[in-house]
Amino acid sequence: MNRWSLTRRRLLATGALAAATLPALARAAAAATPARLDFDELYGKISVLGLEFSEKVKALAQKKVAMRGFMAPPLKAEADFFVLTEIPMSLCPFCSSDADWPDNIVVIYLDKAQTFEQANALIEVTGTLEVGSWTDPNTGFLSRLRIVGASFGAA
Amino acid sequence: MRSFIAALTLTTCLVSVADATTIYPLDRATIMIGSPFDTKVEFDKVVKADEVKLTINGEPAEKVLGKDVQFVEKEQGVDASAVLIRAGAIAKPGTYEVKATAGGETKTVSWHVYATPTSAKAKNVIFFLGDGMSVAHRTGARIMSKGMTEGKANGRLNMDDLDRMAFIGTSATNAVATDSANTMSAYMTGHKTAVNALGVYADRTKNSLDDPKVETIAEALRRTTKKSIGVVSTAEIEDATPAAVVSHTRARADKAEIAGMLFDVKPDVILGGGSAYFLPKSTVGSKRKDEKDYVKMFRDEGYTFAGDKTELDAARGTNTGKILGLFHTGNMDVTLDRDFLKKGTVGKFPNQPGLVQMTSVALEQLAKNPEGFFLMVEGASIDKMSHPMDWDRAFVETIEFDKAIGLGLEFAKTHPDTLIVVTGDHTHGVSIIGTVDDEKPGTEMREKVGTYADAGFPNYEDKDGDGYPDKVDVTRRLATFSNNYPDYYETFRPKLDGPFEPSVQNEKKEYVANEKYKSVPGAVFREGNMPRSVDSEVHAVDDVVLQATGPGAEEFKGYMEESDVYRVLVDALAIAPQATN
Ligand SMILES: [Zn+2]
Repeated sequence: MNRWSLTRRRLLATGALAAATLPALARAAAAATPARLDFDELYGKISVLGLEFSEKVKALAQKKVAMRGFMAPPLKAEADFFVLTEIPMSLCPFCSSDADWPDNIVVIYLDKAQTFEQANALIEVTGTLEVGSWTDPNTGFLSRLRIVGASFGAA
Repeated sequence: MRSFIAALTLTTCLVSVADATTIYPLDRATIMIGSPFDTKVEFDKVVKADEVKLTINGEPAEKVLGKDVQFVEKEQGVDASAVLIRAGAIAKPGTYEVKATAGGETKTVSWHVYATPTSAKAKNVIFFLGDGMSVAHRTGARIMSKGMTEGKANGRLNMDDLDRMAFIGTSATNAVATDSANTMSAYMTGHKTAVNALGVYADRTKNSLDDPKVETIAEALRRTTKKSIGVVSTAEIEDATPAAVVSHTRARADKAEIAGMLFDVKPDVILGGGSAYFLPKSTVGSKRKDEKDYVKMFRDEGYTFAGDKTELDAARGTNTGKILGLFHTGNMDVTLDRDFLKKGTVGKFPNQPGLVQMTSVALEQLAKNPEGFFLMVEGASIDKMSHPMDWDRAFVETIEFDKAIGLGLEFAKTHPDTLIVVTGDHTHGVSIIGTVDDEKPGTEMREKVGTYADAGFPNYEDKDGDGYPDKVDVTRRLATFSNNYPDYYETFRPKLDGPFEPSVQNEKKEYVANEKYKSVPGAVFREGNMPRSVDSEVHAVDDVVLQATGPGAEEFKGYMEESDVYRVLVDALAIAPQATN
């Protein structure tokens, strides 16, 4: 059994999929259910002097979240991180040499390196939300928003 | 036959041996007297310091240039030596023979050093640069904006009435083709350079910031005059064209450093996009890798900051004469999206000013200086919309650019001591060949393309008289095509949902036709005629048309290199007259 199917099973067992099918009462009871975060909820204010994270993002910092999106074509076949994008991308918008930070991505750090076969299909990622600038010592990429300790599966 | 080939090989060998050593500035460089520039000799191998001889007209180079020679035994990343003289200058005009010798290598180049006239013809210079503006852009803009009846244009563009002109060659020192960095750098320094380079000769070391520098017009004006300086663009203000006014780098992509170079020179008025490089890295939206806050730094220097159209209007009244206006984190949206379709990134930045408003504010501020000014205004998106072959957006940008030129001409009426130059930095392989008429029978779009007598005239309208067509998706519109392209779907139609994206990259990093346009009725697949690594249409090598008016403009004529344009500007302003002693 590969890692992909393991991840998928774990999601099926807990995660957002369960939350979506259970009645509201049961959902409220499931305290471990990660909060759902959407791409259009990331920023509260956009101006030439910078973007501000939304109140929801600030409130969810260091908490379990689930986000849906697309895996940007990864830099390497095997890695412990990838970029989750709002729309399917033909190339990683963040993995270029000048590594500019676009505002419609979230960087996903997995527990350990894994092989990606994921082509542009909708996935759901669960993990802990980290807010603020952080430079990856291995790649030098500067990210603003991350989901760490993450797992993912088909949405 | 055989002996012919042998002779040819021998000649080639001789040429390459003679070319082994490189001297910067390159052969036939034109240099203004008193202008500081770096001299570098790159030897082909490691040589000994004591055997290096560098002379200018037979005299030691350090004596002529007034600065010490540094010897680098082994340059970083190369197994060869070099000598370097930073910021030397030559005081007397004339032809200078520069000779470098070491370890059996000899290289000779000659420089032409010139003085400007003693008295200025012009007090102000407005340099309008239509990025990528080709003949088809002007024709398209004229027809869309003014219309045409029985083969005669119903009106003229502002640029149509500039009375002096020249054809400009735009090739780079390393390629027949060019980019905006290389060409604008030549306009703004008088020295040709390599593709991607700004204000430097491109040397062989990897570091993009150590290349031999030449002086930019902004630096020359700061050194010799008290004139004000303005830089206006619809692109990121660190993009190649505006950057060329102030910067020195081998790599136009050094945008964070270029923001710093803008701060070093401090043009009095800076208006454009690209705020991301002015924000400290901790600010979300920043593209810097350090904590420098250039918005604050400019404010501390007395600049009024404007972040949108309303703030720019308010900044008009500032009495410091210094404005920093940044209206987008990246490139500003184009006129068609900003004012008409509300597409692109207009949703995020809904209150962006246009090139006309920016030019108006800049002229108003700069004109306050009794010493005069130099203003560079770039219509950046003519190029940015031509690469993806979005001809409607590119033509509308040309109309807006022309309106900005109109403000310049208006200004010159009351300030006749103003030289106005309008040019492009390179062309695109684009032409208008007739019309596309939706009313022609059938579903196949190519059958609706009218050429020669079948073309008739387009039916754009401008009922509100704003100079822009009321809509671009009229039933009979201009048929415009590029002669070079990646794989894409030709739709023969304007792109109303946002700028065209002809190709996308696949897993093999090849650019393939964007499927998004496959289902547009009548769309046809067009197999690219360029390498699959190319994502869009490219710059053409064809000459650019330069037009000008005002004092000094008579020097523009015939064929000129972009580097010759600089001399006309500095001659008109007489910034380097020969010292009389
Ligand atoms: Zn271009």
